[in-house]
Amino acid sequence: MDLSWLDDFLWTYQNVIHSVGINGLLALSMYVVLAVGQLSLGQAAFMGLGAYSAALMTLKLGWPFWMVLPLSCVVPILFALAIGLPTLRLSGVYLAIATVGLGEVLKALYVNIDYVGGALGLTGIPEATETWMIYGLLALAVLAFWLVARSGIGRAMEAIREDETAARVMGVSCFRYQLGALVVSAMLAGIAGALEAHSTSLISPGEFGFEPEVSILSFALLGGIGTPIGPVVGAFILTLLPELLRGMADLRLVFNGVIIVVAVLFMPEGLVALRLRRRSA
Amino acid sequence: MSALLQTRNLTRRYSGLVAVDSVDMEVHEGEIHALIGPNGAGKTTLFNLISGLTAPSEGSITLAGREVAALPAERRAALGLARTFQNIRVFSAMTVLENVLTGLQPRRRCGLAATLLRTPMFRREERTLVARALVALETVGLAARADEPAGGLSYGDQRRVEIARAIAPEPALLLLDEPAAGMNPAETEALGRLVRRIRDGGTTVLLVEHDMGFVMDISDAVTVLSFGKCICQGTPVEVRSSPEVMEAYLGQKVAARLAQRFAGAQAGRASA
Repeated sequence: MDLSWLDDFLWTYQNVIHSVGINGLLALSMYVVLAVGQLSLGQAAFMGLGAYSAALMTLKLGWPFWMVLPLSCVVPILFALAIGLPTLRLSGVYLAIATVGLGEVLKALYVNIDYVGGALGLTGIPEATETWMIYGLLALAVLAFWLVARSGIGRAMEAIREDETAARVMGVSCFRYQLGALVVSAMLAGIAGALEAHSTSLISPGEFGFEPEVSILSFALLGGIGTPIGPVVGAFILTLLPELLRGMADLRLVFNGVIIVVAVLFMPEGLVALRLRRRSA
Repeated sequence: MSALLQTRNLTRRYSGLVAVDSVDMEVHEGEIHALIGPNGAGKTTLFNLISGLTAPSEGSITLAGREVAALPAERRAALGLARTFQNIRVFSAMTVLENVLTGLQPRRRCGLAATLLRTPMFRREERTLVARALVALETVGLAARADEPAGGLSYGDQRRVEIARAIAPEPALLLLDEPAAGMNPAETEALGRLVRRIRDGGTTVLLVEHDMGFVMDISDAVTVLSFGKCICQGTPVEVRSSPEVMEAYLGQKVAARLAQRFAGAQAGRASA
């Protein structure tokens, strides 16, 4: 059987295929925080930290990619702890505000530090990311979230999302779960950043600001957070649609905004409006 | 006899208002203890202090001899304290069974690794928890509706889900905040039987309730709050005949007139 057409296809669309999968990972990093009733607007910032730290490890230290990829989540996790420890003790939108701030501060830092390439960013990163890595990690992450959702941990998470006070009197430490979720979220976003940097071979400060953040949020909202599949479906659709509607590239953000509004008003549960059973026995 | 729950000088001030004012209260093991008082007396605030949702301004709370006033609510739950809420707080998107399973969180031992690997221990624990949750649902009479979304149940049934969720971990002390509110006489009677059954199962019950017939019928001990102060503690009979309690509920004038008429009637009966 002649499969050369498949090779051609993969080669032609490799960038799109990569960004679809990477956006899937980012959507999951948004999902895990929303799943414990918090709003984090720092996924793009965590991704940037992962992308920059990975690119630096590759370019400046010359480390191999199999070492760089797992290590790329270290810096994002440290930042997640620094932001989560003080803000998650308070109830309300403090995490959202602090994470928006983080993104803006980091962007300004990248632009002004020559070591990380300034406004131009870092170029010449070797293209070490393989398609199977992205989709392997994506499948692994979906499976892990699926197993967690259908367990006592998933029940505690949903309880926190529905009613923090009631969850607390049932012995659920909201703080621990929310901090844990933020750390996992930063980890996923950081790895997504490393994959991205080693896929496109260049990164710049503008990629990790507020605009991509809104896109990531719209993945999760469009897909729905009842299952871990929902956000990934949302990411796939919202990444592929602009490719199909190339002419409307300028309207991309408008499009994302409309989707958020429509999703919130008419499909509060998202496209994948399912709910996992929170038990496995 | 040492008390299961003891508060000493327990006080909660809000700017200018003392919601709970140096309350000394004792709840003994194995009793059904009622907390009554006029609206705004501080009953719910006292419940929030005991369960850890509100931090005290002053005073101590001991649970089974252990000081818990500084512990967060989730730690007190792990020590055997459970409660329901005046305004029902079931997780409405979850099924009835999942609600009760969530109540069993303090009994869960498996961590993230065991969960991800679905170890035999995880499976066994999950089976045990489901079995225990079903026992609790059986107790409140909702086992047949275990797989329905809790939000779709009637008000009275949601109340029972809340009670099942609270008793599933077999707590040492159960706080019920107005369990009979909105119930008809038949439901209230069933509730009374349920509360007795919970007590007979080894759980001490402290409840806030406005339905005096229910309170006097079911309680072994009664504590009366008025304007944040504990004005009387005793058996239902003692509390019913206390002049302070009559005054708190009816106002000074009416209480005095009632006391007079009561005395007069007794004098009349004596002379006859």
